[in-house]
Amino acid sequence: MADKIATRESYGNALAELGAKNPNVVVLDADLAAATKTGVFKKAFPDRFFDCGIAESNMVGIAAGLATTGKIPFVSSFAMFAAGRAFEQVRNSVGYPHLNVKIGATHAGITVGEDGASHQCNEDIALMRTIPGMTVMCPSDDVEAKACVMAAAEMDGPVYMRFGRAACPIINDRPDYKFEVGKGDIVKEGKDLTIVATGICVGNALEAAEMLKADGIDAEVINICTIKPLDEDIIIKSAKKTGKVVTAEEHSVIGGLGSAVCDTLSEKYPVPVKRIGMYDQFGESGSASALLEKYRLDGKGIYAQIKEFLA
Amino acid sequence: MNNLELKKTANQVRKGIVTGVHAAKAGHPGGSLSAADIYTYLYFEEMNIDPKNPKMEGRDRFVLSKGHTAPGLYATLANRGYFPVEDLTTLRKLGSYLQGHPCMQHIPGVDMSSGSLGQGISAAVGMALSAKIDNKDFRVYTLLGDGEIQEGQVWEASMFAGAKKLDNLVVIVDNNGLQIDGPVDEVNTPYPIDKKFEAFNFHVINIDAHNFDEIRAAFKEAKETKGMPTAIIAHSVKGKGISFMENQAGWHGKAPNDDEYATAMNDLNKIDEELAKEEA
Repeated sequence: MADKIATRESYGNALAELGAKNPNVVVLDADLAAATKTGVFKKAFPDRFFDCGIAESNMVGIAAGLATTGKIPFVSSFAMFAAGRAFEQVRNSVGYPHLNVKIGATHAGITVGEDGASHQCNEDIALMRTIPGMTVMCPSDDVEAKACVMAAAEMDGPVYMRFGRAACPIINDRPDYKFEVGKGDIVKEGKDLTIVATGICVGNALEAAEMLKADGIDAEVINICTIKPLDEDIIIKSAKKTGKVVTAEEHSVIGGLGSAVCDTLSEKYPVPVKRIGMYDQFGESGSASALLEKYRLDGKGIYAQIKEFLA
Repeated sequence: MNNLELKKTANQVRKGIVTGVHAAKAGHPGGSLSAADIYTYLYFEEMNIDPKNPKMEGRDRFVLSKGHTAPGLYATLANRGYFPVEDLTTLRKLGSYLQGHPCMQHIPGVDMSSGSLGQGISAAVGMALSAKIDNKDFRVYTLLGDGEIQEGQVWEASMFAGAKKLDNLVVIVDNNGLQIDGPVDEVNTPYPIDKKFEAFNFHVINIDAHNFDEIRAAFKEAKETKGMPTAIIAHSVKGKGISFMENQAGWHGKAPNDDEYATAMNDLNKIDEELAKEEA
């Protein structure tokens, strides 16, 4: 397996690459440039980087103003603050006027680790996907994270991108991988069960699928990077084939990928669904790997929860 | 425009405000009327704009941070020629482009959607920052309420504007002294407003919001101020021009009924007559 890299690193690297290509790209941060990795962009393009200090609400508003003049602002903070604290600014100053603001939210989910529950945002996908016109993306590895950033810059309108703190394996380095906003990707074909996963849980779902194989269960794994707009076709098609769907995300099962998948399946092709994620609970301090194990979001945990679902 | 022309125009704007709010049977006349002279000066004298080309490259920008006083902005834009004055009676009605709060996607001349208090100033700061990035010389104006500045985001934005020395930004506070629940200093006092902005590295000017000599001088001084943004504290009368609305918190967000509308228009017609005498 290739080296592991955190998607926040990919974000910073992609921004620096993008800055060279597009002079309209500007980057804003709220005193977290070292952590969100926007510091990479800052070093390359200091005149187009603005540190707003610890004031995320204002940062989002400034980005909105910049966007009205033709700039393409990328605003960065931890998911907790970008989607949480600044929710209403994102909704009213960016979403309502459909401005071309890109939100790069890092340190999403429990893999923030030792900082604990105050900084572990398991609610951002739910918040962001309720905003009309907002595109929501949650990449699964370095390859996809970079592709998200490039695609976000190309499209018009607000985009929320969710990145992680913890290093994760590269899973999309196959030659035929092609990223498209709004398109899911079958990373493993199967016939007995569909696992729909996003972010860091895609790699973990692949591990779980390997374990299921030993039990004679052939699982299909779908990577959903764009949670909104959701690739309904790929999910329905797979559900028709397997008749059972499991979702896996490092996010609350309330309002996240699991809810989005259920929204679609309950209306268009009802099948039994098991949502794996954070179950209406806060996280806690610990290493990322210890937390994934405890909250059963690593390969083993997802495998065990699927076995319970199938029992 | 000379002061007399500005006064006459501002009176037309005030008629547009009460007419729109009366037709809508809802809306915010008090803070629209208190800012009518400021609106008029900005759109008829100060700003580099073109009503025939609302998105003109390099135009000056205005953000109505106190978005609920949209009737004042709309009446000004209509009188300036952005859209027909007759449309003001569609305010707040289903299907009208004149939404209850400013909507940049549908209203010609509106540079930023606003209404949730404290947010417009940040967008204005972003616009001013953009001009600085590109060495463009457009200027950005934003109007806030004195109740609005209770929002913390106003001070986040002000801190940034001061820190970045955005001398192309003018923040105007319509200091009419009243908010929904009563006098601002009783609800949660924002005073001293001028000293607060000074502390955030603004150049601060206090003016009478209804005196065009003072308004003119303040915007000139703002333009000449380099290395820091300017805050104009505009001391105003809520409901200005309408006898029964002046200094009444109750007229913050209430529409006049038919009788009250007749009285209001009568008050404004009298002002027209006085201005005509002044001209003669």
